[in-house]
Amino acid sequence: MSLDRKVAIVDLTTGKIDIKPIPLSVRKAFLGGRGLAAYLLYKYAKPGCDPLGPDNVVIFSAGILGGMLASASARTDVMTKNPLTNLLGSGNFGGFFAPELRYAGFDHIVVKGKAAKPVYIFVHDGEVEIKDAKNLWGKSVTEAQWAVREELGDPDVKCAVCGPAAEKLVRYANVMSGIKNANGRGGGGCTMGSKNLKMVAARGTMDIKIAHPREAMEFDKRFIEQISSAKVNQTQGALGTPFIWGATNSWGGIRTNNFQFNQLLYADEIEPEEIDEYSKDTVGEYNMTACFGCQVHCRAKYKIKDTPLGRKYGVVGNYEEGPEYTSQGAFNGEPGCTKIDTLMIGNHLVDQYGVDNLEIGSIISWAMELYEKGILTTKETDGLDLRFGNDEAVLDMIHHICKRDTWLGDVLAEGGIRASEKIGKDSFKYLIHMKGMSNLHSDERATPGLALNIALASRGSDHLRSRPAIDLYHLPVDVMRKIYSSPVAYDGPLSSDHREYIGKPWQVAWHENCYMGVDCLGICKYHTTFLGATLPNFEDWAKVLHYNVGLDMTPKEIWEVAERSNMVERLFNIREGMKKDDPFKGEILAERYFTEPAKRGAPDVIGSFIDRDKFKEMRALFYKYKGLDENGVPTPESLKKYGLDNLDKEASRV
Amino acid sequence: MEAKVLMVNHEKCTGCRRCELVCSVYHEGVANPSKARIKVEKWEWEGLYIPMSCKQCVDAPCMNVCPVKAISRDDVQGLVSVDSDVCIGCRSCVAVCPFGAMNFNVAEKKVFKCDLCDGEPQCVRFCDMKAVDFIDVRRESLVKKRDAAFKISEAKKLGATIQYEG
Repeated sequence: MSLDRKVAIVDLTTGKIDIKPIPLSVRKAFLGGRGLAAYLLYKYAKPGCDPLGPDNVVIFSAGILGGMLASASARTDVMTKNPLTNLLGSGNFGGFFAPELRYAGFDHIVVKGKAAKPVYIFVHDGEVEIKDAKNLWGKSVTEAQWAVREELGDPDVKCAVCGPAAEKLVRYANVMSGIKNANGRGGGGCTMGSKNLKMVAARGTMDIKIAHPREAMEFDKRFIEQISSAKVNQTQGALGTPFIWGATNSWGGIRTNNFQFNQLLYADEIEPEEIDEYSKDTVGEYNMTACFGCQVHCRAKYKIKDTPLGRKYGVVGNYEEGPEYTSQGAFNGEPGCTKIDTLMIGNHLVDQYGVDNLEIGSIISWAMELYEKGILTTKETDGLDLRFGNDEAVLDMIHHICKRDTWLGDVLAEGGIRASEKIGKDSFKYLIHMKGMSNLHSDERATPGLALNIALASRGSDHLRSRPAIDLYHLPVDVMRKIYSSPVAYDGPLSSDHREYIGKPWQVAWHENCYMGVDCLGICKYHTTFLGATLPNFEDWAKVLHYNVGLDMTPKEIWEVAERSNMVERLFNIREGMKKDDPFKGEILAERYFTEPAKRGAPDVIGSFIDRDKFKEMRALFYKYKGLDENGVPTPESLKKYGLDNLDKEASRV
Repeated sequence: MEAKVLMVNHEKCTGCRRCELVCSVYHEGVANPSKARIKVEKWEWEGLYIPMSCKQCVDAPCMNVCPVKAISRDDVQGLVSVDSDVCIGCRSCVAVCPFGAMNFNVAEKKVFKCDLCDGEPQCVRFCDMKAVDFIDVRRESLVKKRDAAFKISEAKKLGATIQYEG
């Protein structure tokens, strides 16, 4: 059954492997996936540790529904102390790794210490081995995976692997799986690199008993229909996440030229329909691929076309998947580049190096603004003309950062805050970051609710921790009330207007728990109230848990699991130095959100900026809803309520 | 009525492996693709996915090789099935199947294969893409003809001149 999956604690310094069961009380408190990973991180990472040292841990976590009958039960969460931010690092990827890990008998692999030479961990049918990775080290993300399958003689091995960027300790290196399942925004790849850990490979043939098989199948069928019938998912199934680009860019919600504008002009080449055509031209009519058990199939397949840029970078004909909306922002919007070639090649390069597309795109665009301002010159760029709109400069910089083979590449590989110390002058003020992590390419000045989310996101600026994305749909208030008053009551204000500040703190608080819930279960965010207002959440999850796992929890109890898990993430950040108004590690927007009005876009966007006082009022309300004091620290009563009052002193519960 | 057959159109497959999942839950009550009767073989670096399952062969090698006559074919249903009470676990059928569609359960020491779920294959029911479909055997080539003709018709609409060789 699902509850008998184990935790393995692997010490790479000593080679010792501890296999432990997960007590039922821990399951009820954290379920699995991200929630339980947060607890393990809190207990197993040494407080104040150097993220690149042996006292840090990297934790691979499957959700409690991984590989079972819940649509897209494919997600793996990787947690670590992030080498980029020195705070919580957490990324989440789809694909096929989490189900395989669970079929191999494990839900969580906690890796500590540091291996003397490159190794990988092989998990198979209840066993865990540390193996020599000399044949894998130095290989690209995909080459390493095909090589390990060859070595183990099994084409069905699934991998969580790091690439060359991680080996070079690029601080925002990803954990990857398959062609492009990217554990972005967490720095887990970098931690792996620092531990000489190339991958965790999994292969399993063990049963996960379904508590009520027939009922689980029938409920899942209904669940899938609810998910697949949503217009948003049908569009995703045809065009992938790039579908978001068209409307967002024409509205004025894409930051361009770093943060100077909020709309990419003359960008017809990268409209979603153009990307779809590129994909179909190169792989045929049925061009979408899917994660485990998912019928949304939101990812395109493509091969890189024969063009001058393709030839220059030696990638013509290479197979790749995506690109996602985020790559459009990273390689087109932010650096002001309009070519589809840059998008398709940039997306391929970051997947092969295993580096976060959002961070690298943002950081290159920041450097471009510094170049424009004269803070960086051709002396620092080794002659590279780092002007906005220079497609080749973007692709060159991806190589330089991932290889650290130029002065600027090496500096930017350290991330924005560390780079700003080396570059000096007033470079820091142009950095669009929250908690030391670059923001994605979206521009939140016209949407205070979304701005509040990026400032509060536990892993640094990010849209997948609590973004009330449906705020942009102008839903009638009574519809909003129905969504936001369950599973716990809320009778405070709500507003259908995305420009408003009222009601947004509760929406962000609600979505924070919704996204944590889905991450504990290990299912995809496109299958909950993220981009679609009609998609399943707490009530349906209680049923899915009952039928699959046989664990009976009320929707409110699942909400409490999410609240508790979010509190543990917050406690970790507080322990590692987060203070609410700290410009480096705080829960505050980059200064430019308050001082520079948006220059382009629709009438409801142009001229917009975030009002500092109102922002702080929103944040204070959020703290109140979450049982935190005025500094964002959980109150003693909240700690007691969620059983976290002894967190520092207690022995690890797992 | 003629027998219905499992028709695979691998081009439509998105590689999600839901067919494997529901197959193992339906037959064994467990999530475990290694116990599924269908398996999606992948060439990930090409984005190529091919669902493999029993073809219910008319002159079935598994049936012919079985030394204890545990395997039989029902021509009305078009179904080749294994009587697990008779099966001696010699795996000769696994060895001769040209498609790898016969599987061996190591715990029970018996072979197992696709049984078309008593006429309602769950892999088909859960495949939105209909990369696996369940159709009248006489319609299999008609469906393929229609699909191929549709592509030609689309090209015609765009004004293409189509020439046929020979």
